[in-house]
Amino acid sequence: MKALEIKNLSKTYSNNVHALKDISLSVEKGDFFALLGPNGAGKSTAIGIISSLVTKNAGQVSICGVDIDVNFPLAKSKLGVVNQEFNFSQFEKVQDTIVTQAGYYGVDHKTALEKSEKYLKQMGIWDKRNDTLRELSGGQKRRVMIIKSLIHDPDLLILDEPTAGVDIELRRGLWDFLIEINNAGTTIILTTHYLEEAENLCKNIAIIDEGKIIENTSMSKLLKQLDSQIFIIETSSTLPQNFNILGFDIKVENDNKFSVKLSKGSSISSLFDKPELAQVEVTNIANQTNRLEQLFLNLTSKS
Amino acid sequence: MNHYQSLKTLTYAQIRRILRIWIQTIVPPAITTALYFLIFGQIIGSRIGGMPGYDGFSYVEFIVPGLIMLSVITNSYANVASAFFGAKFQKAIEEIIISPMPNWTILIGFIMGGITRGFVVGIVVVLVSLFFTTFTIHNIPLTLFAIIITSILFSLLGLINGVYAKSFDDVAIIPTFVLTPLIYLGGIFYSIEMSEIPEQWKLISMFNPILYVVDFFRYAMLGQYQINPFLSFTLISAFTASFFAIAYYLLHKGIGIKE
Repeated sequence: MKALEIKNLSKTYSNNVHALKDISLSVEKGDFFALLGPNGAGKSTAIGIISSLVTKNAGQVSICGVDIDVNFPLAKSKLGVVNQEFNFSQFEKVQDTIVTQAGYYGVDHKTALEKSEKYLKQMGIWDKRNDTLRELSGGQKRRVMIIKSLIHDPDLLILDEPTAGVDIELRRGLWDFLIEINNAGTTIILTTHYLEEAENLCKNIAIIDEGKIIENTSMSKLLKQLDSQIFIIETSSTLPQNFNILGFDIKVENDNKFSVKLSKGSSISSLFDKPELAQVEVTNIANQTNRLEQLFLNLTSKS
Repeated sequence: MNHYQSLKTLTYAQIRRILRIWIQTIVPPAITTALYFLIFGQIIGSRIGGMPGYDGFSYVEFIVPGLIMLSVITNSYANVASAFFGAKFQKAIEEIIISPMPNWTILIGFIMGGITRGFVVGIVVVLVSLFFTTFTIHNIPLTLFAIIITSILFSLLGLINGVYAKSFDDVAIIPTFVLTPLIYLGGIFYSIEMSEIPEQWKLISMFNPILYVVDFFRYAMLGQYQINPFLSFTLISAFTASFFAIAYYLLHKGIGIKE
């Protein structure tokens, strides 16, 4: 069964901006799906239509098999959304906000209290439950947003840049949390500007640009499209004058660091067979850029 | 889907908001009303005497229903207008829109907030008035009904204001420039049967809907009226039903809340 099915979806705003141009997309149940695109590409508009914050001009949207035009309340009950911007009263207390959100979905007060306690503890903000939301840090508010979206046990969870402005430690913690709920059966659609995040978490991906889907495939297939990648190599000893390795595209960054561009199909281990490298001791090897980032830039600049 | 639970939650959230900002919601009407009673009731009122058509009632007794209505109208209106616009401003309205709550639940939830504030403030004004006068209520069920239907009517108007408002100024414009003049010219402090009021003004007053609201409530409290209570009730009910339909339509279309 499809967790989300979009057919020929279009949206033109009153200022004549064509945000979505006849897009179609489907996400399988249980998937961890990335929806990527540059700013203004149409991601948030698509999410807005799915969650009823934006009205569509044309097209069809089904959430877990329920057409939003036929039974929107039922479709909405299967959906959880973490919006890009904080959408709660800053003056409410943390647990009150979560319990209230649960109530809007018909969850009774006792169950809502129990579930909010579970998630607040899981997210590490149980001690903040009686604070008002304006007293929380950005990362803590982001966690409240995620708890609110999960409080009614949705089948499909859409996260619109959930880790924006969140520190690395917390981001990693959220990744683990999202993997856990995905493994438990919740379908996740993620939009993010941290492409490393999408690469690490998502199984399938769609790239949207200027209101059109320009790529829709599995993450592994997409990454195979890369025709080259750059590695940064650090050494403990100083690199010799005019350091170069025959047959490789080398660029010296400083006395202890150089980069090598490897084309598709070539192996980095062949680099270590070269006698030039025997003169230096390698201490670290890393990708210069995120692989997905490179592809994303290629695709969006072409479209 | 348990719509009763959603309605209860939204209503409780509205009541929590009223109680959280009680200094803004409950205290001001008490102070304003006390001042009205002190100045118009005690100091000036004793020189005015009775009002035509209200034999047996002192001026201070005459203005009690008017002052209750003044508070109920302004507070139920302000509560829903500011709660709805505040939710839009903080994007908290999205919590409600993305949920499976049907529009009628959202509408009734906000109205319940308006009724609660109107009712609480009405009780506060009654308690304040007891410091200045004593009175017997002519028809208690009708008095309660009049407070509720008036709160509903002005909550609906407040919601429509909140739907269209794009700034805090927009929330203040209608109460300041439309509602307040209509309330003060709606027979709170005077009877339209007073000989000092020109005939043309009496005619114009008949187009002021607040006059019917105040007169209906005064009938419920004092048992005397200037306008047939059945006519007032019919008009109030018709206005309430019409504004309910308009507010429901606006929510259904997502005007002011959806792009």
